[in-house]
Amino acid sequence: MEISGGEEGAEFGGPRGERMLVPSLKVQDLIEEIRGAKTQAQEREVIQKECAHIRASFRDGDPLHRHRQLAKLLYVHMLGYPAHFGQMECLKLIASPRFTDKRVGYLGAMLLLDERQDAHLLITNSIKNDLSQGTQAVQGLALCTLSTMGSAEMCRDLATEVEKLLLQPSPYVRKKAVLTAVHMIRKVPELSTVFLPPCAQLLHERHHGILLGTITLIMELCERSPAALKHFRKVVPQLVQILRTLLTTGYSTEHSISGVSDPFLQVQILRLLRILGRNHEESSETMNDLLAQVATNTDTSRNAGNAVLFETVLTILDIRSAAGLRVLAVNILGRFLLNSDKNIRYVALTSLLRLVQSDHSAVQRHRPTVVECLQEPDTSLSRRALELSLALVNSSNVRAMTQELQGFLQSCPTDLRADCASGILLAAERYAPTKRWHIDTILRVLTTAGAHVRDDAVANLTQLIGGAQELHAYSVRRLYCALAEDISQQPLVQVAAWCIGEYGDLLLEGSCEEIEPLQVEEEEVLALLERVLQSHMSLPATRGYALTALMKLSTRLRGDNNRIRQVVSIYGSCLDVELQQRAVEYDTLFRKYDHMRAAILEKMPLVERGGPQVDEEAKESKEARLLEAAPVPTEPQASKLLDLLDLLDGPSEDAQHPRPLDPSPGGALVHLLDLPCAPPPAAPIPNLKVFEREGLQLSLSFVRPPETPALLLITVTATNTSGGDVTHFICQAAVPKSFQLQLQAPSGDTVPAQGGLPMTQLLRILNPNKAPLRLKLRLTYTHFGQSVQEIFEVNNLPVETWQ
Amino acid sequence: MIKAILIFNNHGKPRLSKFYQPYSEDTQQQIIRETFHLVSKRDENVCNFLEGGLLIGGSDNKLIYRHYATLYFVFCVDSSESELGILDLIQRFPRSSCTWRKPGLNFHVSFPTGVTKVFVETLDKCFENVCELDLIFHVDKVHNILAEMVMGGMVLETNMNEIVTQIDAQNKLEKSEAGLAGAPARAVSAVKNMNLPEIPRNINIGDISIKVPNLPSFK
Repeated sequence: MEISGGEEGAEFGGPRGERMLVPSLKVQDLIEEIRGAKTQAQEREVIQKECAHIRASFRDGDPLHRHRQLAKLLYVHMLGYPAHFGQMECLKLIASPRFTDKRVGYLGAMLLLDERQDAHLLITNSIKNDLSQGTQAVQGLALCTLSTMGSAEMCRDLATEVEKLLLQPSPYVRKKAVLTAVHMIRKVPELSTVFLPPCAQLLHERHHGILLGTITLIMELCERSPAALKHFRKVVPQLVQILRTLLTTGYSTEHSISGVSDPFLQVQILRLLRILGRNHEESSETMNDLLAQVATNTDTSRNAGNAVLFETVLTILDIRSAAGLRVLAVNILGRFLLNSDKNIRYVALTSLLRLVQSDHSAVQRHRPTVVECLQEPDTSLSRRALELSLALVNSSNVRAMTQELQGFLQSCPTDLRADCASGILLAAERYAPTKRWHIDTILRVLTTAGAHVRDDAVANLTQLIGGAQELHAYSVRRLYCALAEDISQQPLVQVAAWCIGEYGDLLLEGSCEEIEPLQVEEEEVLALLERVLQSHMSLPATRGYALTALMKLSTRLRGDNNRIRQVVSIYGSCLDVELQQRAVEYDTLFRKYDHMRAAILEKMPLVERGGPQVDEEAKESKEARLLEAAPVPTEPQASKLLDLLDLLDGPSEDAQHPRPLDPSPGGALVHLLDLPCAPPPAAPIPNLKVFEREGLQLSLSFVRPPETPALLLITVTATNTSGGDVTHFICQAAVPKSFQLQLQAPSGDTVPAQGGLPMTQLLRILNPNKAPLRLKLRLTYTHFGQSVQEIFEVNNLPVETWQ
Repeated sequence: MIKAILIFNNHGKPRLSKFYQPYSEDTQQQIIRETFHLVSKRDENVCNFLEGGLLIGGSDNKLIYRHYATLYFVFCVDSSESELGILDLIQRFPRSSCTWRKPGLNFHVSFPTGVTKVFVETLDKCFENVCELDLIFHVDKVHNILAEMVMGGMVLETNMNEIVTQIDAQNKLEKSEAGLAGAPARAVSAVKNMNLPEIPRNINIGDISIKVPNLPSFK
């Protein structure tokens, strides 16, 4: 192969090393020199020297060798060195009449200029000239450059030129013009109108290059505008014909690859058919036969055939195809999963993942094969298999699948662990058959991949355990054993510490039918928690859990608490502020408030999953702050609500004692009823008079703001038509558990006599579940020298208040 | 669409880099480095697809690559391209088996597929059994060949013969342009290539006898 650019006469006799007159290296010689450099520094030196020469040459403006200088510069640019000073030279070379110059110039433009620099617009004129007057080769160069780096302005300027070239006789230029049109539409979508009309004619071409480009163009047009999509549905029969011809024509050596005639064109046609047939019955029907033919007749012994078959399968599954055809398509994919070629398996897994939403049951049939792919050493494949496996988990196969996934978790590469762990936990949450299984699964995940689980896993697990009373003994035992083995996995340690703290007494009882009997001594438990506290692997949060657990055990264990007291007092001088605070508080609890200790450290109430009321951390901090609270803290209105609910149970000893969430059987208010789902009407809700006694009237008015349908605003208005003032008026309200109530401050606590200024109070009720509203009001006031207390339930609440 | 085409060797040195979307120079070099990093970690018997790195556009993009002895051919594509199709493009199955014959670079290409096929096979035809050194010293040629196959990130032409014909025509055009200015150069190369010892020692034309002295070879 000859070296392009000709050999340089001026170099005759000048060996490489000498730099006497104006010896300029040939490109190859420069490359040799660069390769000869032993170190990076040497290479940089060589290149810098050469760049200096190049710059000088550009300044002197030597037209004969400019292309060579630029070629050298482009090589240097590829290696990563700055070459921006060559940009202007590109322009000069493009403007030159010689083909050699133009070739290098356009290449330089593609590599050095891009739309972010203003200089790029300067070549627009040259391109225009070349497009209209150049030879075919030159037109090709111009089109190529335009399609690679053409900016929106350039495209707008040159659209008409390109359009003209679409109808030129030479197929070489036309195919390039078509692809340039695609690029132009991407940059300037308005040009679609210019390039849409020629498509119909271009489809009649026989040249494969033009056809390929035209189909790409049509795809781009259809994706951008639904009107174009409708327009091109007309050509579906034509496309089907072209594809059929490709399939039935004999072996054409030019375009065929491994016996399949022009697989690229086939693939593009199939893709366009997919776009046109989507959601369109008529077009889909036209294609059905052809797709069936391709699916059954394509030779799959070579990759080219497989590429076509894959596109066919994807097309079948995306359009409104016949049911039998769909089954065939999924089966083909299943067959590909068993192929020995890894590339095929990869593409099969990717395609199945796309289908798993729409054809779930069909993909389920291939579940065993997918699970096998998890064992692949190739990470690309195992990642795909993992995604697909997680998508295939459902309630019937959750046990088996979790087993497989857990096995995978143990051996999978690190970058997949986090995804795998969170996938398993998510699947377990959605489909867990029993609570015990659920706890076991989470436990196993925490043991295997504790460092990779999401932050809320700990909270979820504690909530789960807390809510399953029958499993407390079982959980605490298992967690204790797990903790005794390994105290390094932080999420596991945190959950275990919490559990031991809460249910330590169950741990020591020794008998639990679901697990082997375990004899645990008190000292062992305390020793373990102390170890966690002292271990350098424990995070500060973990230490907090352990300390609190120790504290709780002081009430659960029967032995004396000296050991615990000792630990607590040691940590009173710990450097970590949080730990120190807790330790000091617990110490105070021992010393000064010992009588309250049992009540404060009582077992937590049963947690309801998803309940907003109870949060593990919030509980912890509440307990910690108890001791700093003043004897009678200012209670928010909400706690008056507590009093209201507890009215029937008698006065509560400690205002902040966490009240049981399961109200007593005589509970005043009812749980959730059925949820209606009628949309809220916009009509105003009539006022309601709810109370009347000796001239004092209470009425309610309702407002439901349209933007928050769950919110109900009630304004309580108290009017007094009697002769005496009503003083010390307090109105309280109570609602069922599922509602949230907020009472705002009343306008006053006196309702003057003789129809004086009424007192108003606003109630905000949040009803996310749209449950029927029940409202109980309690009034206390002084009227005519007598104190009155009234409690009543509001009847006849209009339906619009809660629907 | 195809976002970038990269060829680099086993040590990460770029042999060809073409980007079809505007990236700054620094980003381009970073992309080359990152791609090399990802691709060089792969074993021999794994599939030819990789999820793309963070720089070249995230979850939608894939790297489709083929490894031949000392060179990696990498196409960075988005999800609109057919993976197997691109592999075919990288190399077309040659009618004769393709061997890379420079010393030290012997290897056989088996099961070639896709767009990668067409590319490597075309290179093979244009350079006559192409090897890495050809790519190193004739980068601009490789760019020209690539420009006939992929334009603006889209596949332009896959018929190998057409591509080769075009390239030949363009090269002829260049050579003819060198024309008169190239004459001294051609004379020089002719003289250099002359093999003096082969010239007959005695030239006898009619009754003129010229004795040719014993000249050493010019080389």
